[in-house]
Amino acid sequence: MNLTLKVWRQSGPSDKGRMVTYHVEDVSPDMSFLEMLDVLNERLILEGDDPVAFDHDCREGICGMCGMVINGVAHGEQRATTTCQLHMRHFEDGATITIEPWRAAPFPVVKDLVVDRSAFDRIIQAGGFVSVPAGSAPDAHSIPVRKEDADAAFDAATCIGCGACVAACPNGSASLFTAAKITHLSLLPQGQPERLSRAKAMVDQMDAEGFGGCTNTGECTAVCPKGIPLDAIAQMNSDYLKANSK
Amino acid sequence: MKYTEGPEIRDTKAPEGPIEGRWEKRKFSARLVNPANKRKLHVIVVGTGLAGGSAAATLGELGYNVTSFCYQDSPRRAHSIAAQGGINAAKNYRGDGDSIYRLFYDTVKGGDFRARESNVYRLAEVSVNIIDQAVAQGVPFAREYGGLLDTRSFGGAQVSRTFYARGQTGQQLLLGAYQALERQIAAGTVTMHTRHEMLDLIVSDGRARGVIVRDMVTGEIERHFADAVVLATGGYGNVFFLSTNAKGCNTTAIWRAHERGAYFANPCYTQIHPTCIPVSGEYQSKLTLMSESLRNDGRVWVPLKKNDTRAPGDIPEEERDYYLERIYPAFGNLVPRDIASRAAKNVCDEGRGVGPGGLGVFLDFRDAINRLGRDAVEKKYGNLFEMYERITGENPYDVPMRIYPAVHYTMGGLWVDYDLQSTIPGLFVIGEANFSDHGANRLGASALMQGLADGYFVLPTTIGDYLADGPFGDVDEEAVAEAEIKVRSKIERLMSVNGTRTPDSFHRELGKLMWDYCGMERTEESLRKALERIPELREEFWQNVKVTGTAEELNQVLEKAGRVADFFDLAELMCLDALVRTESCGGHFRAESQDADGEALRDDENFAHVSAWERTPDGPVLHKEPLEYEYVKMTQRSYK
Repeated sequence: MNLTLKVWRQSGPSDKGRMVTYHVEDVSPDMSFLEMLDVLNERLILEGDDPVAFDHDCREGICGMCGMVINGVAHGEQRATTTCQLHMRHFEDGATITIEPWRAAPFPVVKDLVVDRSAFDRIIQAGGFVSVPAGSAPDAHSIPVRKEDADAAFDAATCIGCGACVAACPNGSASLFTAAKITHLSLLPQGQPERLSRAKAMVDQMDAEGFGGCTNTGECTAVCPKGIPLDAIAQMNSDYLKANSK
Repeated sequence: MKYTEGPEIRDTKAPEGPIEGRWEKRKFSARLVNPANKRKLHVIVVGTGLAGGSAAATLGELGYNVTSFCYQDSPRRAHSIAAQGGINAAKNYRGDGDSIYRLFYDTVKGGDFRARESNVYRLAEVSVNIIDQAVAQGVPFAREYGGLLDTRSFGGAQVSRTFYARGQTGQQLLLGAYQALERQIAAGTVTMHTRHEMLDLIVSDGRARGVIVRDMVTGEIERHFADAVVLATGGYGNVFFLSTNAKGCNTTAIWRAHERGAYFANPCYTQIHPTCIPVSGEYQSKLTLMSESLRNDGRVWVPLKKNDTRAPGDIPEEERDYYLERIYPAFGNLVPRDIASRAAKNVCDEGRGVGPGGLGVFLDFRDAINRLGRDAVEKKYGNLFEMYERITGENPYDVPMRIYPAVHYTMGGLWVDYDLQSTIPGLFVIGEANFSDHGANRLGASALMQGLADGYFVLPTTIGDYLADGPFGDVDEEAVAEAEIKVRSKIERLMSVNGTRTPDSFHRELGKLMWDYCGMERTEESLRKALERIPELREEFWQNVKVTGTAEELNQVLEKAGRVADFFDLAELMCLDALVRTESCGGHFRAESQDADGEALRDDENFAHVSAWERTPDGPVLHKEPLEYEYVKMTQRSYK
């Protein structure tokens, strides 16, 4: 396959940035999207150019490190897929592909396609945990958990923190990310003691980071590699309301 | 490569007495630090996977002043996150005859009698607390309808002791540790530095007192001091270029600590995981593992005939060779990883492999789907099937999966004593980065167990005993300056070569060489060839590598080049270790040492020891730590 890439290049936070066009030849349909970029980068290095910087690590769809907007869609058009798990067989030979970083004010660009997502860590710091120091836990079987609850909690807990939801949201909202953690812990008995304080602290932190509000457009769940459902946001709002009415 | 032999290591600091009481004894003998003093004691933890994340969180909870580093943009991304199958624990919730002693026994045997009994017993003992801790944190383990935890049997175990969270156990456990860590960051006990890479260890007055790191965004070289340093930087499987490790996994932190005096133990012990998706082309950047839990219901086979190119569905039952079930009737498809991997290699070497290049075997779910129904199979393995289809474009419900072994885990690592302290006082090493618990082969679902055992329970106790003598005062300025100059000059050297090959092209070549000569099967000849070729390639690297950009910015080419440089040195030590160990054991298979059936043949008389390598200006020095088995009788492993 031969492809034309239009890639966002930005040398650093103070650079204005621009789209730059590259042609890549002999792309195999079995390559992953990132392997296709590796091929481009190997060539750029040999030509003495700066290769395209992008975040990636596990390359198996679980670490949440990779993420780019491909042809206008976070992680590309294939559903429930991270960029590293997207394969070139889903593109047409001769296609032009645009590649941009996540764009949201709370995710400033570090370089090219690399953005700073530390705001997510700070939302977790605000309350995305159960306060249980090592060594203080009761026997694991002391509190049975309904299978349905455990499964639903698991579904919410599969969030990989990639930030696609923010990139896709017209409001730049982090609601799906925040709600996934709130829902995961709210559904389990272990999460109950801190349930309301957690929801309040995390939502307040999300607002403080400058993420927008949720207007139920659902773009977030459409691009989510783990398919976190929109219902999670309802759970978050419900817990948040209860917390504020106390 | 020349080496000399140094004095044996006789004292590993394990307490004496009955094995059941040793950890209890050590917990009591370890001195405590007055709570008021903990804040004054500073600990650096490098790496935020299961071991590092849980250690930093726990040390923070205890009140120490902790600084944590990771190279990723968030501590939540460390590669522990990719572990799929599960975590072992001797809970015996099934009443199927499991016990701490049995988990201990299985682990020592599975490690092919090359692990320390005391350490392994402690690991089995602590395993039960890990599950309690994780559940209390809200880790959503799989449950049964009665509300209790579900378990399954896993790679090489005859009891059902593996707890799991669908195919994402590592992710869920890591997020538990990450959340505990973030809680401590918010509490101010842990200071977190993401996108920082450790480039040297500061040793002052004989103690590990800090690290030199590079801020990967600005390129700034920073110095950080502490009273103790903990390395939790994972394994070095990426020396093979293609492995199931994350792209960023590297040996730099432990290698540079080795250069500062920490012994490196058993570098040749490499685990090759049997159930990975085969290589599809030259551009391949990594290999993807699929949980070996798949072997619980999938049947492994190849055609009986050589070069059989028929579609798998067209090959009748009597022309299929379910070779694991045939050779190992007692364990069948559940034999340990090393055995399953080598068996796959053997049938492919015979010309019976399937898929591109004949480097693959079938993992077939046809019978499981017929027996359990498609829904049940989907419930159990749905996400793995999906992942397989995503990568290969083939649907495993209709066509058997193709699998091939890939480098997955390294049992070797920095040598540590019972307290997890290296040969440099104040340098502790935990998780995959150390060598301690798995011997020559790790059992499935035991990596998560070890990482969390070390981080939540073992290190926080043992490091206290060391810190009880602290704080250790000012760090010698000369030692710091020397380390910083060393780091800077290495970077300058890499920047100034301006050759014609990329770091990745060297890494690929090194990896291929290691896979061919020091991979699943090693011979004296192949290892000698590797030891000849590695220095040549390293020489070429330093003459001809090309690093673009500058060192004062985010520069992923420079990061890679630095890591590849260390992989060369490590590769050499791995091959030397593999050459010296003329026996076969666990993940180290020397073709010269096999029995009539082609099984690994240990040589207990000459090799029942840990090989701990010291790096000196005059070359490597080998220190042997003899291994004694008081409880588990040494036998030749047999899974027949």
